Amino acid sequence: MRSGSSTPLIERLALSGGRAFTYAVLVFLVAPIFVVFPLSFTAGQLLVFPLPGWSLQWYREFFTSPLWTGALLNSLFVGIVTTIVATVLGTMAALGLHGARFRLKPFIMALLVTPIAVPVVIIAVSAFYFFAAVNLVGTYIGLILAHVALALPFVVITVSATLQGFDPNLPRAAASLGASPLRTLRTVTLPMIAPGVASGSVFAFVTSFDELVIALFITSPQQRTLPRQIFSGVSENISPTITAAAVVLLMVSVVLMLVMEWLRARSERMRRPVGAEQ
Amino acid sequence: MTAMASASPRSVSVAVENPGLAAQVSASERKHLIKMLALLAPSVIFTALFFVLPLALFMFRSVDNPEIQTYLPRTAEVMQSWSGQGEPDEAAFAAIAADLNAIRGQPSLGLIGRRLNYALPGARGLLTKTARRLPIAEGASAKDALIAIDKQWADPALWGVLHQQSGRLTDFYLLTALDLHKSPEGELRRVAPEQRIFIDLYGRTLSVSLTVTALCLLIGFPVAAVMARAGKRAASWMLMLVLVPFWTSLLVRSTAWVILLQNEGLVNKALMALGIISSPLPLVFNRAGVIIAMVHVLLPYAILPIYSVMKGVSGNHLRAAASLGASPLRVFRTVYLPLTLPGVAAGGTLVFVLSVGFYVTPALVGGPGDQMIGYFIAYFTNSAVNWGLASALGAFLLIVVAAIYLALGKLVGFNRLRVR
Repeated sequence: MRSGSSTPLIERLALSGGRAFTYAVLVFLVAPIFVVFPLSFTAGQLLVFPLPGWSLQWYREFFTSPLWTGALLNSLFVGIVTTIVATVLGTMAALGLHGARFRLKPFIMALLVTPIAVPVVIIAVSAFYFFAAVNLVGTYIGLILAHVALALPFVVITVSATLQGFDPNLPRAAASLGASPLRTLRTVTLPMIAPGVASGSVFAFVTSFDELVIALFITSPQQRTLPRQIFSGVSENISPTITAAAVVLLMVSVVLMLVMEWLRARSERMRRPVGAEQ
Repeated sequence: MTAMASASPRSVSVAVENPGLAAQVSASERKHLIKMLALLAPSVIFTALFFVLPLALFMFRSVDNPEIQTYLPRTAEVMQSWSGQGEPDEAAFAAIAADLNAIRGQPSLGLIGRRLNYALPGARGLLTKTARRLPIAEGASAKDALIAIDKQWADPALWGVLHQQSGRLTDFYLLTALDLHKSPEGELRRVAPEQRIFIDLYGRTLSVSLTVTALCLLIGFPVAAVMARAGKRAASWMLMLVLVPFWTSLLVRSTAWVILLQNEGLVNKALMALGIISSPLPLVFNRAGVIIAMVHVLLPYAILPIYSVMKGVSGNHLRAAASLGASPLRVFRTVYLPLTLPGVAAGGTLVFVLSVGFYVTPALVGGPGDQMIGYFIAYFTNSAVNWGLASALGAFLLIVVAAIYLALGKLVGFNRLRVR
């Protein structure tokens, strides 16, 4: 919209007021993160400003204490296995949903995405009772199964969204030229939906890597994850090591978010029909 | 959908020309469908097994009542045929004496004691004490013997509870979660005022959630409007800033707020340095802290759906209204607001539904009086070990969430109830 001299004063005032308000809100949104960051480099023992000096001591403590490195390794392990399982299952499901027409399809779609809508504390408590009955509480398998259930909808949704713009004639063309179904999948379908699959898997990883409530209920100290370790630290007494751990957790999510945004932009470019103007 | 519309007329015309080919087409379509269903099957089975089944079993616990029939089978049988009025006859006393004698010294005694304690505080002690003095002498009256062990065995209230709780299913937990109980005559009554905690809990959960939702919409609407009007570069920067916290672990953000809002925290120090306050404001471990942190966590869920609707609102509508002489306020009220309402409804629904289920943030940033339903579900699971009550609270929470989703999903469209 052009804001020429004809724009009434009141509207211009509202606009600049709105802009100032927006900047303030954006600062509010990112401020806590930028507070944790410098505090993790403090040379002191307390989480107060101004910092008495800069130091890497809390990162040294984080990366040398078996309590924290164990938690980080657990989180990475559970996150990676969850991502692989959820990505494979979710991509298959999205392909099936896209290719099939049957009466129960909306119901199946709803079933596959409901885990997102249910409060996570209910999922966690349900998982706790269920896994207690089948002796999976306090096991890696139990935690991974619960995390896959939580992450699967994100993969299904993301890959399904990519498939919306996918031309069904392309695999047909490949098949008519004599490609086997597997070859069609490998050389035509997967490369086309790869950005969606990748962002789905990023989503799955972050879901598992940041997940706290399920981990609180169904892990024993042996499978403690990074969020769980941070949580128990925060509920007792916040030491600067926790801020270092928080920064590690944060960096992983933010880097993955950037990857995801890049993938999203890429897939939007790929899906735009040839010749269409933006 | 369009594929179906274009496929069926073709197969019809094929069928007219060549019935053999039509059979081939439908066979190949069936084969295709089976292949697609096979791709779907693993996820459906996985979700059914590790999400639906645990959830269903958890919900069932709110009415499940196996303890009395399992551990006190004779008593349960006598109680089922008894009217529940007054004092039962000798057979009931003999049955419970035999049942208690059978599980004397076993863990089952503790389990049944805990179960009866939910409905009748002190029942556990009574059972333990009684079991220790069993068995009763051969030929003696069980009734006299039990009353001699403890006078409470003559109390009709005790037998009323045993009678009410002896069924395979119970409404006890659901009623307790509504601050209700059943009198021995079977009437619904409110529990004593000092025991009424759950109605307050729902009120608190709703008031925190509504406050957070209102604040998120009031803050999110102008922000989304400015973002939607900004140039492409500026908008993508702002979007990035909205998304950073969205991608940051909720735990990290809650922790950051504890650090920021504590007495020696940055917020209090800044306010004191500016001379606005002279002593630190209590901002954390109370309601204010919970609301600040929850608004921070949930604000992106309000901004993003509103922003995506606003981006689609053409400036032409607004200009048309203005050129017809509408004042800016009138343009906003009669054109802009109605056009953006679906985004507001979607954002508000998301924020509200997410906030009623919150657990981590209030647990970290709130005080004991600020905890919501989620906290009590966790508490009754882990600390108080009253799984039936945890499940009843979970059932109510789930019903509220499902009702809001369905109602607003129908209203604004389910595909809007997604952030990205």
